[in-house]
Amino acid sequence: MPAVPAQPARLKLRWLAAGLAAVVVATLAGLAVGAVPLPPGSVAAELLNLLPGVRLDSGLTPQEIAILTELRLPRVVLGLLVGAMLALAGGCYQGVFRNPLADPYLLGVAAGAGLGAVVAIALRGTAGGDETVGLPATVPVAAFAGALGAVALSYAVGTAGRRDRGPATLVLAGVAVTAFFTSISTYVLQRNVDTIREVYSWILGRLATAGWHDVLLLLPYAVVTAAVVLLHGRELDVLSVGDEEAAGLGLHPQRSRYILLAAASLGTAAAVAVSGLIAFVGLIVPHVVRMLAGTSYRSVLPLSMLFGGAFLALADVAARTAAAPSEIPIGVITAFFGAPFFVLVLRTARRGAG
Amino acid sequence: MTAVEVTGLRVDLGGARILDDVDLIVEGGEWVTVIGPNGAGKSTLLRAIGGRLRFAGSIALFGTPAARLRRRERARLVATVAQTPVVPPGMSVLDYVLLGRTPYIPPLGRESVADLEVVHDVLAGLDLTRFAGRELETLSGGERQRAFLARALAQGATLLLLDEPTSALDIGHQQEVLELVDALRRDRGLTVLATMHDLSIAGEYADRLVLLADGRVAAAGSPREVLTQELLARHYRARVRVVDGDHGPLVVPVRPGPVASGLRSEATREGGT
Repeated sequence: MPAVPAQPARLKLRWLAAGLAAVVVATLAGLAVGAVPLPPGSVAAELLNLLPGVRLDSGLTPQEIAILTELRLPRVVLGLLVGAMLALAGGCYQGVFRNPLADPYLLGVAAGAGLGAVVAIALRGTAGGDETVGLPATVPVAAFAGALGAVALSYAVGTAGRRDRGPATLVLAGVAVTAFFTSISTYVLQRNVDTIREVYSWILGRLATAGWHDVLLLLPYAVVTAAVVLLHGRELDVLSVGDEEAAGLGLHPQRSRYILLAAASLGTAAAVAVSGLIAFVGLIVPHVVRMLAGTSYRSVLPLSMLFGGAFLALADVAARTAAAPSEIPIGVITAFFGAPFFVLVLRTARRGAG
Repeated sequence: MTAVEVTGLRVDLGGARILDDVDLIVEGGEWVTVIGPNGAGKSTLLRAIGGRLRFAGSIALFGTPAARLRRRERARLVATVAQTPVVPPGMSVLDYVLLGRTPYIPPLGRESVADLEVVHDVLAGLDLTRFAGRELETLSGGERQRAFLARALAQGATLLLLDEPTSALDIGHQQEVLELVDALRRDRGLTVLATMHDLSIAGEYADRLVLLADGRVAAAGSPREVLTQELLARHYRARVRVVDGDHGPLVVPVRPGPVASGLRSEATREGGT
């Protein structure tokens, strides 16, 4: 057999196709499944109708079309975006810190967003305490501000003083900032026990109140984050040989790291602001992608976005159907299904490699 | 042309002075090896020349002060093989060697066909083509060392800094790697600045040796001038015998104190056969 010359690790077409297919399946499932089941074929036709110049007869009633475009579609799109952001940021953090346990909440995003949300919910108090109203509209803004504030503080603390500090200092600063913000959250919460239920539901993550408004809030940050991080895929590969070696190859490791962390944190903060703290996606999806499609960040990052988005959109389907008519927090679903799936992939990949 | 000119180099790390007033000149095409006891500052000297840490004094590379070189420019002039390079998990040999093309790839860009050709040439030259698709982690020590060298060569730099290039290898692989470096040096007109612990091997391959002790240059010159019983006794506190070899002096460690009688008779018998 003639030897096939080895090819450099690039994004493989078949994995890209698989990722896109996963997104399509998740989208159709997210739109078709619900209290009012809609036939997937009609859903697909109605989706195509959103394109300019396309007019297909989907056979859906105007009410069903409204359910589709005003209720389910924004929710599915939000799920795709949040999942993509968390998985992308997780992969990025893991590369920057060269640590497989790094997740996008490492530098205090979660604690900062949590504090912002807790304060926003507590300030509103029980004045408008109608269950159906949901969370105050100020929660996303407050969570976003808290998340960015916490990351900025981690940066400031982690890079203060001597120059040439390694990434470990930054992680420790993140731990300290997380503890600090969590303690304030706990104090505020303890002074406003009547809000615990709302805060708790926010912490477990939700796509329930998603409307196009939330999608528009997240979209610009998602675009910026995705562009910056995806462009740095090769640099993350270079960083995997260590800072000193990367510097010897002409890179500025510190500078790359700050740009990447800032971009990833921005996307995470925006995602957390609209969806709460959804665990597991940022940690697990990049690992699964790595085991399946190779370790180069040039394929890990884009595939994490696709599979992360699909995973979260599917998790949302489970969240709103498993215990219908009530909803299970999506963070519970991601961990409940994500953990066994991860173990399965881990075992299969090990066997394949050995 | 002078490849490296170091004048009055001083390096402080963590409050301690590691290098103090070090002068060093390496001419283009030369092989200079830095020797010295543990903690003498050998690796630090290489790291300073490779631009990997802050220093006082001056370092010029091919006539240009290192401070004036941009990082990418320097990466095209100097390539380093570290003592224990990080082995990125899951990375193929081809991808690892391709990292060496980084100084030629525009920021946020991707490697060109020409970059890939350079890498395939280097892999062929180092007899690594059949390993190109293998994960770096799965290679043996000798093969891995060749892959590290390949990445440095892919950088296209004419100055090669080798920090203990053979410390992880058995004696056969040590010779194999060093012969390879020497052949590359001749073929490609490279300049080699290395650090080594094995004094005999250091003397056999280098044109000149520099003996560092306590962060200062204690001696410099041809292997015959530096590898003397007296100098080695003073700076290594070692008891050695220096004997003549075909390619330079050979340094044989000898145990201090009187020879035990049983050992002596064995040595005599072996010597007699």
